Amino acid sequence: MLDAGTILRRPFFWIVAAIIAAFAITPSIGQNVELREDLLLAAVYITLASNLNLILGYAGYVNFGSIVFFGLGGYFTVYFVSVLRWNLVAASLVGGIAVSVLAFVFGLGILRLRGAYFALATIGVNEAVQAFVTNFGPWGGGTGIYLSTELFMPLGGPAKALWIIYYALVGIMGLSLYLSFFIKISKFGLGLLAISGNEDAAAILGVPTPRYKAMVYCISAFLPAIAGGLYFFKSAFIQPSDAFDLNLSTEAIVTAMLGGQGTVIGPALGAYLYEELRGWLLTSDTFANFQLVISGALLLVIVLFAPGGLMGWLYRQWPTLKKVLE
Amino acid sequence: MTALLVIDNLSKRFGGLAAVQDVSFEVKECEILGLIGPNGAGKSTLFNLINGVLKPDTGRVVFRGADITGLAPYLVAHSGLARTHQIVQPLGAMTVRDNCTVGACFGRENLPLSQARQVAEQAAVFVGLGDRLDMPASQLTVAGKKRLELARVLAAQPTLLLLDEVLAGLNPTEIERMIEVIRNICESGMTILMIEHLMQAIMTLSHRIVVLNTGQKLAEGPPSKVANDPVVIEAYLGDPDLAAEFVGALA
Repeated sequence: MLDAGTILRRPFFWIVAAIIAAFAITPSIGQNVELREDLLLAAVYITLASNLNLILGYAGYVNFGSIVFFGLGGYFTVYFVSVLRWNLVAASLVGGIAVSVLAFVFGLGILRLRGAYFALATIGVNEAVQAFVTNFGPWGGGTGIYLSTELFMPLGGPAKALWIIYYALVGIMGLSLYLSFFIKISKFGLGLLAISGNEDAAAILGVPTPRYKAMVYCISAFLPAIAGGLYFFKSAFIQPSDAFDLNLSTEAIVTAMLGGQGTVIGPALGAYLYEELRGWLLTSDTFANFQLVISGALLLVIVLFAPGGLMGWLYRQWPTLKKVLE
Repeated sequence: MTALLVIDNLSKRFGGLAAVQDVSFEVKECEILGLIGPNGAGKSTLFNLINGVLKPDTGRVVFRGADITGLAPYLVAHSGLARTHQIVQPLGAMTVRDNCTVGACFGRENLPLSQARQVAEQAAVFVGLGDRLDMPASQLTVAGKKRLELARVLAAQPTLLLLDEVLAGLNPTEIERMIEVIRNICESGMTILMIEHLMQAIMTLSHRIVVLNTGQKLAEGPPSKVANDPVVIEAYLGDPDLAAEFVGALA
């Protein structure tokens, strides 16, 4: 099923490729820094929403604390780069793996819970990690870690480094979309959808539910952790309240649901639109810091009127769209 | 014929209630064994003990020579023992095809996805859902959902099928069709252990019957013998005098 030929024949494979190319090319034309910063945030939001979608949309487990992966990834990378003087690639990769391993350990504990109890436990994990990091000396405690500009030198200086990090984040976004896509069309994905449909029935049909849940929780941690590493390296500063900001977790849920959880393109579309809206709200005089009110209202509207999100609505209007957009 | 499944002294208590007490019997290869008994006799609990949903307090379940007592339900499914539910459990938003594909993918055969799709379609056609492959499972009628329960486990190509009241809630025409389907399944070489309240159906379908009452095995034997056993009739009617009268009327 997953051989190269079948995948290359799927139009969706090329649609994702086009999205990645558009992200990579548009700001490069005329070195548009403002557009780059805008799309960088969009790429981060898409990465967070897509990976959250693996557990939220596919397996049906509401993870309110998904930001803990992003924050921990940021801390590992920043620590490796600034204190251990590793290069950025090694630091963010090892950071991603370390966070995935931690996710697996957390998962063993909290994936026994279901529904609201699981959701609460994920918030608990995020808060516990934040409390730990705030008191963890080597990571700077509550004040966090600053990166000196000389650390950008290996990447050709700060100006060039920002472009490299942008391209890397677009790459991570692309990998997130392809990961979502491959899981969706795989046997693993079918098992996850079965768990979401009815976990007990899925287990009786033979789906190895404990293993699949642990795997998806673990996988959904990897790319957000790397994105966190790159993002906080770029910021040259990380502190607990930024790294483990529950608002970002909530926003990831809103964006995934806005676009249509369980689809591949939905969370990405939701994340992009939400990021654009958020950018506009933040810069508008009347609505500054209004984005959380909007996201709350959006969530309410989606849950009440369009549980399938934008993609659900689009599929209803044009059912043939299902064949092209996964 | 050799024993495919051996139930050996199984017991399960829920607090003060002995749901299943020292029940032992065997299911032989290629037979249909009916499991009957009044409400609360422990039939569904026994199914839950067999397929690992519940762990027994004492006793063993031996399937194809291997001890599967207390194994997780998905491992039991992998070993070739499939089960349907009394209360239908469709995977809601998924289509009929995907529901069956889950069975084929994760059951005994552990098929790759593309092959599983084909087996799933065949299973759906076999139970008469061939025209509703792309319908979300939640939109099926009750009879359709019952068929889906069956198609899903058939797609897994199990050695032994546990059927929990697949006929309940169906109308007479649907029951007749379903009986035909079950007979065909048995003829294709699968062994069936089924719980059923519809006496006429289970008496005609089963090769042998096991009767449970208040968690204990009350009787075992061919349908004709069990149906006329005063002890069994008493368990259903709850009154020895009434039972004697009933047996008298039958004679």
